[in-house]
Amino acid sequence: MIINHPLLGPRDAAEFTVLGDASLLHRPDGMTATMDDMHDYAYLRDNPAGLHRELWYHEQGDRSWLVVTRNTLTHDVENVELARDVARTEGRSK
Amino acid sequence: MTQPNRLDGGQIDRTRKLKFSWNGTFYSGYHGDTLASALLANGQRLVGRSFKYHRPRGIFSAGSEEPNALVQLRTGAAQEPNTRATTIELFDGLKATSQNHRGSLEYDLMAANDLLSPFLSAGFYYKTFMWPKAFWEQFYEPVIRASAGLGRLSMEPDPDVYDHGYLHCDLLIIGAGPAGLTAALTAARAGLRVILADEDFTPGGRLNAETYAVDDQPGATWAAAVTAELQAMDNVRLMTRTTVYGAYDHGVYGALERKTDHLANANGKPRQVLWRLYTKRALLTAGSTERSIAFGNNDRPGVMLAGAVRTYVNRFGVAPGKKVAIFTNNDDGLRTADDLRAKGVDITRIIDARQGDNVVNTVGRKGLHTVYLNGGRHVEADCLAVSGGWSPNVHLTCHHRGRPVWNEQIAGFTPGKDLPPGMVVAGAANGAMTLAAAIRQAHEAAQSIAAGLGKTVRDTAPKASDETFDTAPFWHVAESKTRAWVDLQNDVTTKDIKQSHQEGFRSVEHLKRYTTLGMATDQGKTANILGLALMAEAQGKSIQDTGTTIFRPPYNPVAIGAFAGRARGKDFRPTRLTPSHRWAEENGADFVETGMWLRAQWFKQPGEKGWRDSVDREAAMVRKSVGICDVTTLGKIDIQGRDAAEFLNRIYANAFLKLPVGKVRYGLMLREDGICYDDGTTARLAENHFVMTTTTANAVTVFRNMEFARQCLWPDLDVHLISTTDAWAQFGVAGPNARALLSKVVDDLDLSNDAFPFMACTDCTVFGGTPARLFRISFSGELAYEVAVPARYGDAMIRALMEVGQEFDAVPYGTEALGVLRIEKGHAAGNELNGQTTAQMLGLGGMVSKKKDSIGSKLSERPALNGDDDMRLVGFKPVDKTIGLTAGAHFLSPGDPEDMAHDQGWMTSVAYSPELGHSIGLGYLKRGQDRLGEQIRSYSPVRGGNTMVEVCSPHHIDPEGHRQRG
Repeated sequence: MIINHPLLGPRDAAEFTVLGDASLLHRPDGMTATMDDMHDYAYLRDNPAGLHRELWYHEQGDRSWLVVTRNTLTHDVENVELARDVARTEGRSK
Repeated sequence: MTQPNRLDGGQIDRTRKLKFSWNGTFYSGYHGDTLASALLANGQRLVGRSFKYHRPRGIFSAGSEEPNALVQLRTGAAQEPNTRATTIELFDGLKATSQNHRGSLEYDLMAANDLLSPFLSAGFYYKTFMWPKAFWEQFYEPVIRASAGLGRLSMEPDPDVYDHGYLHCDLLIIGAGPAGLTAALTAARAGLRVILADEDFTPGGRLNAETYAVDDQPGATWAAAVTAELQAMDNVRLMTRTTVYGAYDHGVYGALERKTDHLANANGKPRQVLWRLYTKRALLTAGSTERSIAFGNNDRPGVMLAGAVRTYVNRFGVAPGKKVAIFTNNDDGLRTADDLRAKGVDITRIIDARQGDNVVNTVGRKGLHTVYLNGGRHVEADCLAVSGGWSPNVHLTCHHRGRPVWNEQIAGFTPGKDLPPGMVVAGAANGAMTLAAAIRQAHEAAQSIAAGLGKTVRDTAPKASDETFDTAPFWHVAESKTRAWVDLQNDVTTKDIKQSHQEGFRSVEHLKRYTTLGMATDQGKTANILGLALMAEAQGKSIQDTGTTIFRPPYNPVAIGAFAGRARGKDFRPTRLTPSHRWAEENGADFVETGMWLRAQWFKQPGEKGWRDSVDREAAMVRKSVGICDVTTLGKIDIQGRDAAEFLNRIYANAFLKLPVGKVRYGLMLREDGICYDDGTTARLAENHFVMTTTTANAVTVFRNMEFARQCLWPDLDVHLISTTDAWAQFGVAGPNARALLSKVVDDLDLSNDAFPFMACTDCTVFGGTPARLFRISFSGELAYEVAVPARYGDAMIRALMEVGQEFDAVPYGTEALGVLRIEKGHAAGNELNGQTTAQMLGLGGMVSKKKDSIGSKLSERPALNGDDDMRLVGFKPVDKTIGLTAGAHFLSPGDPEDMAHDQGWMTSVAYSPELGHSIGLGYLKRGQDRLGEQIRSYSPVRGGNTMVEVCSPHHIDPEGHRQRG
């Protein structure tokens, strides 16, 4: 597979480490979250047949975490974004 | 050394005669021969034995689809089983032997299997070796194993070198036949970067095997001219002897190039190169493969595909027989007669299935001599050329699970709609079964691909004419009473397919697995379609509805050595050496692998008999005077930024916000599920500058997780990370004389306990100006420091430290003594942090701050992880001090039965303590903290330990910590 890194251009997937479902961006605040919220965050993942937003880490490269929107049936990569930008867009800050 | 079957002509170089040996006898052939053509030239028709029935077999094809002529090539460690004689280029001194027989090839003792064939049909193993059950391991399996497989491995390491390579192109063309050559020329003229790959050593494909003309030249001459033109172009890479074996995601293709297989001696050059090809487009021009017809005893040596007969006659100048009969269902087969007659070979009969003529049986056990026809007729023949039609090579179009479509007109599968993205198919592979059509289609495809990539070219397609092509599906001769083979390599007959259907294994995938149709080295290239057609007939369904099995990579076998490439032996992965490695080698160190690192585990001194002598001495000297240990391998992460303290406060379970500058703190890291996964110390060198250490094993993971937290969880915190593990050489200096020693090392720094107390840290210089960092931390429990210098000074540093240390009898110590010291002190390490450990189990429950949110803190509060009955880290010592403890042993109350219901915990680490003079241990015990002084049984059914132990504090030495604070 080839991942089109937003900063570095097309890179071979072998340079990356995959973490999985990008829902991991949405970590609840441990001081206010219920145990159930935190449990769901830590353990529950979607595993769709089709488009899936995934976290990939360019470990053998520039150490960017990326959100890769990938079709799990065809391996088509539809979109690649810096995870930091996605996190900010989705309301994460400090 | 005459070659009785050699004819005139052919693309061989008769000035270069080559000598080779086959089953120990020497023969000769010519440069340009394959082993198969050379064997045929020398009249060797019998070349192997079949897999199951050990039937005599001959050469069946002239390419990589060969099911029969599998031989062992070369000798000694370089011996390679199951190589196809039809693809081996002849070289001088080649040695090959036949395989899969006991005794000689002519008199194979295993041929008795053929007489037992009524019992050996599909499913034989599943049905037969059921009972008695005990027979399986002792009898059946050894016998089956001894007779299974084809060739034999040398059982020696592969002496050859394999490489990996990466190439990029605009257009990859797979197959250099008439279509591939045409497309390559057009694409290259358009300015595309082209890779043209072909399995063969001479480009041209069927043009080399047939007598067609292109652009008014003989086909082979035209192919040679185009090849020369392509080779002269800078934007073309022509890769012969290269099999494109797989279509992967995003235009990546796998290819195997055989670099030196055709040479007697590789002279150290790589034998094969496994290429990863990055392509914008791919054009599959892989041609088609001829298939057989199922009739009685259609597997005898001398029965050969008609196209292969033409290949041997036209390309290699070899007659596969002196009296040749032809059995065909298509016009293509008829051409064989013309080609052979032109060379003066006697055609005894043409049997055209379309006219109602059939072959029902053949005779000639070790070589065909008579062919029986329907109607009681027979004809003499030592070679029967068979054509059941041609199947397009659609394999690579299916590597992304595309399904091919049955085409009635050509009686073959053609590529479906779901091609791998970027792939186009042209020529025979796409169902264009005649020459002019294939060339026209390839030319158009190349122009269209060039246009799609923004290039234009105006050239015309090479001129050729379409030969007659007429075929009528014909699969098997119903009148045959004897066995008729479908898959020669796996000995699958028409009867097996009918039986598979009768027994309910009707899906093609079941058919494949029940009968083994289409398995093994040839993957059924000549057999699959025939098998599917027979299954379709049995089911009364169409071939389209019956479908095919799924084609997967590799298209042809690839040696495991090629996949491994250079990553074998010591090059399997990199080795990381510590800065003091060379010094350690000079000083008797014995090394151990920890991750990729090599660390000294002990330093043997003269007179020491075993490792324990060295380890006991090193550990004792640390406690008595001072020892020095290279701790560079611990992960080091440099953390800077205005929010660095806040960031650490969220990464570690314990508080870090108020760590003063110049101080170090122990930190405990949890996973988000609340389980401990790493620990270490973090030093605050400045307000916004921290240096973290991690365990050696988790250095990479911790860094990755911290980057995740920084970029994904809290993207606006001002914090930056860099791994500095390799940048600093770090040495632990531990023992009562550590301060005295370091006072002679560090420049202008007051090391007194008041000025530089326990858990202090600072930037400093050593040995008159070398930059350094000093940390007063202790893993051993002694007065101890760690001193770090830039890695380039590491070797000088260890030498200087040891020289200064002579005065104090300083010793270097390795990882084993390090382990002894930390077990004596009761510090947890990898054995204790096993992925199931909570902070409470370590006795560190109170460290997990509830005043802040940190990774894992919330879920660490779950009641199930915080029960009163939980395991707790405690120490153990044997009641009888002479007995050694056993790691991994489980704890039982005296008198309790040895089962999991009564299990009370387990021993994680043990060591002999030279300080205490007996064995000690650490382990987890239920409510351990409340059971100090209790005697309990330590039981290991695996290692045989059964010892009474006393529960004690995990801090076997100096539980109050006076020494490290002193």
